[in-house]
Amino acid sequence: MPSAPDFELERSAMRHLADAQINVELDTGDMILNLGPQHPATHGTLRLVVRLDGERVLAADPVIGYMHRGYEKLTEFRTYPQVTTLINRIDWLSSFANEVPFVHAAETLMEVAAPPRAQAIRTILTELSRISTFILFLGEMGLQVGALTPAFYGFRDREHVLNLIEGATGGRFHPNFNRIGGLKDDLPWGWVSETRQVMRMMLDSCDQFEDLVAGNEIFLQRTKGIGVIPGEIGAAYGVSGSNLRASGVDWDLRRDGPPYLSYPELDFKVWTHPDGDSFSRYWVRLQETRESVRMVLQLLDGLPAGPVMAKVPRIIKVPEGEAWVEVENPLGQMGYYVISKGATGPFRVKIRSASFSNVSILPWLLRGVYVPDVVTILASLYFILGDIDR
Amino acid sequence: MPDDETPEANEGEEVAAEASAPTDSPEPEPEPEPDPRHVELLARLERALPDAVIEHADVYGDLVIRVTNESWGPLAGVARTELECDFLSFVSAIDWSPAPREGGDDAGGDTSSPVQPTEMTFGAAGSAGRFQVFAHVQSTAKHWGVTFKVDVDDAQPLVASWVPVYPGADWHERETWEMFGVRFDGHPSLRQLYLPAGFEGHPLRKDFPLLARSVKPWPGLVDVEAMPEEPSASEEAMPEEPSASEATQAEESPAEPAGITEGGDE
Repeated sequence: MPSAPDFELERSAMRHLADAQINVELDTGDMILNLGPQHPATHGTLRLVVRLDGERVLAADPVIGYMHRGYEKLTEFRTYPQVTTLINRIDWLSSFANEVPFVHAAETLMEVAAPPRAQAIRTILTELSRISTFILFLGEMGLQVGALTPAFYGFRDREHVLNLIEGATGGRFHPNFNRIGGLKDDLPWGWVSETRQVMRMMLDSCDQFEDLVAGNEIFLQRTKGIGVIPGEIGAAYGVSGSNLRASGVDWDLRRDGPPYLSYPELDFKVWTHPDGDSFSRYWVRLQETRESVRMVLQLLDGLPAGPVMAKVPRIIKVPEGEAWVEVENPLGQMGYYVISKGATGPFRVKIRSASFSNVSILPWLLRGVYVPDVVTILASLYFILGDIDR
Repeated sequence: MPDDETPEANEGEEVAAEASAPTDSPEPEPEPEPDPRHVELLARLERALPDAVIEHADVYGDLVIRVTNESWGPLAGVARTELECDFLSFVSAIDWSPAPREGGDDAGGDTSSPVQPTEMTFGAAGSAGRFQVFAHVQSTAKHWGVTFKVDVDDAQPLVASWVPVYPGADWHERETWEMFGVRFDGHPSLRQLYLPAGFEGHPLRKDFPLLARSVKPWPGLVDVEAMPEEPSASEEAMPEEPSASEATQAEESPAEPAGITEGGDE
């Protein structure tokens, strides 16, 4: 299967890309359109320099780095517990999920394991992050094709999940709730029953979005067959998560990766869609939201008792070594390559963020599409600028 | 407790990684049977690219293979076809040299940042010098992954580009170039990705200082130092405070204790 990709085509795309520098001399008939850095479809500041022939995009060059905060450098100046505060801010819509792989890498190196209850609560909060991220997407994707209403529903429904995250961790967006060896606290009283209620609401909310957005004829026209990513090209670009599963690649690290958190004990389905277009990316996320709700309910039913913190020294020193932990985050695969030299802080952390690779396919993907579709394709890839720029 | 255990575990792992397996102690027993997927990957790599592998190691279930610089280019194609690793996770680099302490060793300055060892040591699968490029690829069908490492020259870091095989390596290699100064031979347009064009220096090299720490003391440090001397510091601060606005304070608010003492002094 992987021997099929059209390298010649990709290479010529690369050459086009090199031409599409900002100050390139204009050919007659071509026009350079500067999209961004401020654009509602970009979740931050992403600039796209597109060269147009009429309404068609000849070449697109994403200009990133407006939000580059140098986290890889900063981690070298922080202790392990301080790093979780930083990496919270990489993908700010699902901060909790960002902390998990790093903490997991540090725990791997220290050879401690969080107690089962902590693992289960981490899994619940990771899935809640996924639901909150996707619910917003399900509404907001409508906004990008011109339907304003679903966006408000998205924000409204996400708020319920954020309240749950706030109830458990104290923070809506940046919980910093993970500790190396477990969690800061146990769940508050009454949280479990409230979560069950909210999860039922989320299922209703998914049904509503399915009717309102995915069943809308205009939405279908704007997304069906638009922005098609073939599976093998997506994989070679490092596109991951729902974006890759929407291209028919049946691969989810929660099921297929090295076991982490409570996922091996859970019964869930990995959704894929064969088309690889904008609509299938929407559809896969819709199904995954429902699947996450089911996972949370399963976890709440079988929540183990016990402590939420393993015995770890007060001052965390991670023994010399290196560990690579990559997990399935809401936006795709996020990984940390942590290299330790036995100090209180990491020697080097390579952060593999999902959106960076997801967006790197844009020069290939946008070639030949119409200008209005650029926005829907951007929205359907669903990236967070903090996750691109790190 | 983990502090006591881990050094032993680490030694055991290193011994096993060298594949010498000295059976004098019962300690390194868990390692002898390697992951069958790692064996398969290494066998396939050996078949396609003999003499490419310098060393390999198993770090917590992840296979790390160090290859020669010349084989890095063909390795991409082999990884994608023979190893069936169709998914590119990342390409980046490591600078193994020890970081100079902020403001020098005796400046006392930034005590908040962790102190790293001052001698150069290398991680899994070793390294020949300061810089190493490393990449991780995975298979969406076989569900396995490999980390490849390659040594690059200290003075003129250069390695073949993976863009012709993995187009996603484009941005990763641009980032590695601007952050570490490693050049990628065959990359279509090696230019700045995050940093402004014309930026000087390579920020992720260890000798590149974190400027924010140099121009301004770490705020956490200021707090920590002020704490123990708090009572004496506040005593000193008290008389100074009114004397700055001496003239007006004494007249306008004579009821204040500070104002009274000021008046008494005059």
